[in-house]
Amino acid sequence: MDTEILARIQFAFTIAFHYIYPPLSIGIGLIMAIMEGLYLKTGNKQYEVLTRFWLKIFAITFGIGVATGIIMEFEFGTNWAVYSRYVGDIFGSALAAEGLFAFGLESTFLGILLFGWNRVSPKVHFFSTIMVFLGSMFSAVWIVVANSWQQTPAGYHIVGEGFDARAEVTDFWAMVFNPSSVDRIIHVWQGAFLAGTFLVLSVHAYYLLKGRYVEISKKAFKISLVVATIFSLTQLLSGHSSADGVAVNQPAKLAAMEGHYEKSAPADLYLFGWVDDETQEVTGIKLPGGLSFLVHQDFEEPIIGLNAFPENERPGQVNAVFQFYHIMISIGMFLIGLTLYACFLWWRGTLFDKKWLLQIFAYSVLLPQIANQVGWFAAEMGRQPWIVYGHLRTDEGFSQEVSSNQILFSLILFLVVYTVLFLLFIYSVNKKIKHGPYDEAQNPDEFLKYV
Amino acid sequence: METFLGIDYPTLWYLVVGLLFSGYAILEGFDYGAGAWHLFFKKDLSRRIAINAIGPLWDANQVWLIIGGGALFAGFPVMYATMLSAMYIPFMLFLLLLVLRSSAIKFRSAEEMKWWRTTWDIIYFVSNTLIAFLLGVVLGNVLQGFEIGENYTYQGGIFLAFLNPYAVMAGFTTLSLFMTQGAIFLLLKTEGRLHTRLTFLLKKGMIFFITSFAITSLYTLTFLPGVTDRFKEQPLFFAIPVLAFLAVANVPRLVSKKRYFQALIFSSLTMAFLLMLVAFQLYPVLLPSTIDPSYSVTIYNAASSQKSLGIMLTMVVVGAPLLAAYLIFLYRTFNGKVQLDDTSY
Repeated sequence: MDTEILARIQFAFTIAFHYIYPPLSIGIGLIMAIMEGLYLKTGNKQYEVLTRFWLKIFAITFGIGVATGIIMEFEFGTNWAVYSRYVGDIFGSALAAEGLFAFGLESTFLGILLFGWNRVSPKVHFFSTIMVFLGSMFSAVWIVVANSWQQTPAGYHIVGEGFDARAEVTDFWAMVFNPSSVDRIIHVWQGAFLAGTFLVLSVHAYYLLKGRYVEISKKAFKISLVVATIFSLTQLLSGHSSADGVAVNQPAKLAAMEGHYEKSAPADLYLFGWVDDETQEVTGIKLPGGLSFLVHQDFEEPIIGLNAFPENERPGQVNAVFQFYHIMISIGMFLIGLTLYACFLWWRGTLFDKKWLLQIFAYSVLLPQIANQVGWFAAEMGRQPWIVYGHLRTDEGFSQEVSSNQILFSLILFLVVYTVLFLLFIYSVNKKIKHGPYDEAQNPDEFLKYV
Repeated sequence: METFLGIDYPTLWYLVVGLLFSGYAILEGFDYGAGAWHLFFKKDLSRRIAINAIGPLWDANQVWLIIGGGALFAGFPVMYATMLSAMYIPFMLFLLLLVLRSSAIKFRSAEEMKWWRTTWDIIYFVSNTLIAFLLGVVLGNVLQGFEIGENYTYQGGIFLAFLNPYAVMAGFTTLSLFMTQGAIFLLLKTEGRLHTRLTFLLKKGMIFFITSFAITSLYTLTFLPGVTDRFKEQPLFFAIPVLAFLAVANVPRLVSKKRYFQALIFSSLTMAFLLMLVAFQLYPVLLPSTIDPSYSVTIYNAASSQKSLGIMLTMVVVGAPLLAAYLIFLYRTFNGKVQLDDTSY
């Protein structure tokens, strides 16, 4: 295989693996901050037990997130040297800002969060929880800013020609607030909240089904359900706003998302379907003119299609982009239905009576994870063939001096190490869940009171 | 070109990057160094204490690598891209070893089984040792220069070219320096029999350091004659190696007086002086080309725009005090000897 394809596979694999963890950390961080806040406010020890329990799972996800994240920071240089030279002025400064303003905050307070229970006062500990949570949110901001600039570059000019060409910043804040960054930051944050809260929902649904730790599980479930419901709903809004932005700034991507080929015609909205790139036809269930309506509030308004772009300036994997995008939307819709129905039952006072519903919640932890992954795949594959939209092509951006054998070597190592790491992650989280929120180390009298 | 206090922006950024990597070497130096002693401790409890000595701190220490990497990418993108793609294999190994190392810290004490702990102990020891070694290897390669051709593209050997004699020597020197630093740090954080054993180990570490440093210096003076040019121009720079030597000579004295914190300061100073030596030696070059000096990557042809450097210098002015405050708070919280409790690794 050639260097470019291998470099892309390696990057996709390492970033997709990395992206299992930070959203979990951000989401669990939010729930943990709420729980610890409730503990400080009410003095109810049950909230402390919950905080300490979720902190243990948070520690694992955060740790793996950091370890796999460092690799991403250096992989731009190892595998995308031409790209790095081209965008360092802008993309590099966003990464540097992430290190300085976000990662420093979260990693320093992490030490106090994990090991400081007996060394600092409860208030200082709570403060550390908040700082770690905020740090992880800021991290997301700068990383998404950097990626959004690749999608919708702004605040820059191109200097030099040929190999010496590069983007230089002209307006820092225009770069930070490029046309897609705000929508995408909110979308990513909310996706992360959902990933974390659905893990909490899943674990406590499991306890409720088993009849273990019922009292505290009900508390944790309700807190998470409120958060999950709010963000499932608002995620629809940020998704819509994001898609509107794509329609304006990256029309080829939007067209690929709905498999819309005709140069300029009203575009349909598919519930699901299959794109045949040869015949340029989509088979599936559709709302005629639906995409036109969503973008222009008019079923007849034409939308720019893929054929308006030269073959080599539009995404190649149209069906993949289409599928990923539609899986994300379907999951989003399902989560809205699920959380609203659960809230309805809560209002009726029968939330914990329906076993089948708790079972769905127990498994639904996978759904936001899948949605986050496929959403990013749609976003990144939809940006192709550009690595910087409209300026630098992916097939120009990789490291020319690195051989395909070198990448194969590192890729195999990554596959081995990450597989082991993933199994360890599943094993140790599972062990902590099976062990439950109560620690033998705690005062046995208090322990007995809870069970 | 814009200046601040008469110093141009690329030079200022060179200082910032130098400071960040010095901070990284000093702080992660004792983390990696402590890990490189790991199998020298025989009892399970000693190993646990050694890991928990860095337990609450290593994540924060690692920040220096992240910010240093970001600062290099942002300020000298050409350097970042050329060095990482030329040193592809060592950097990939370094990154994977970092993953293994953090996994070992997280998972080692999570199970009681002997085979489990022994396996992780070996992984932890090997990864720390090789990380320290590889950092030195990369530095050795940078000092010697790369086969950089037109368009800053590396044209040298790809798989094992990085393991040349000089780089290996630099690797051992770095490892020995980190091990010295790590032993002093552990002396500061431990008591009892482990502490006594460390006093003994530190002596071995220092002998290891002095030997490898002497060999590397001799090799440098004999085979890399260009290295001494800067000293002929500016004899004042001789003060730096002298200071480095004085700082390290002070360490045994302080350790015998049980002033471990001061000993740590002096071994950190040794590191700082040695890195200064490298920095002065190279300036303004970042990566010398062995093909033609005109292909060398310098702080001027590698630098981002004046505007971008100005923005980032502002960021540093705002961010550095914040970061210092977090770190001081963290280190004060975990001051003193290690005490294992239910939150420990």
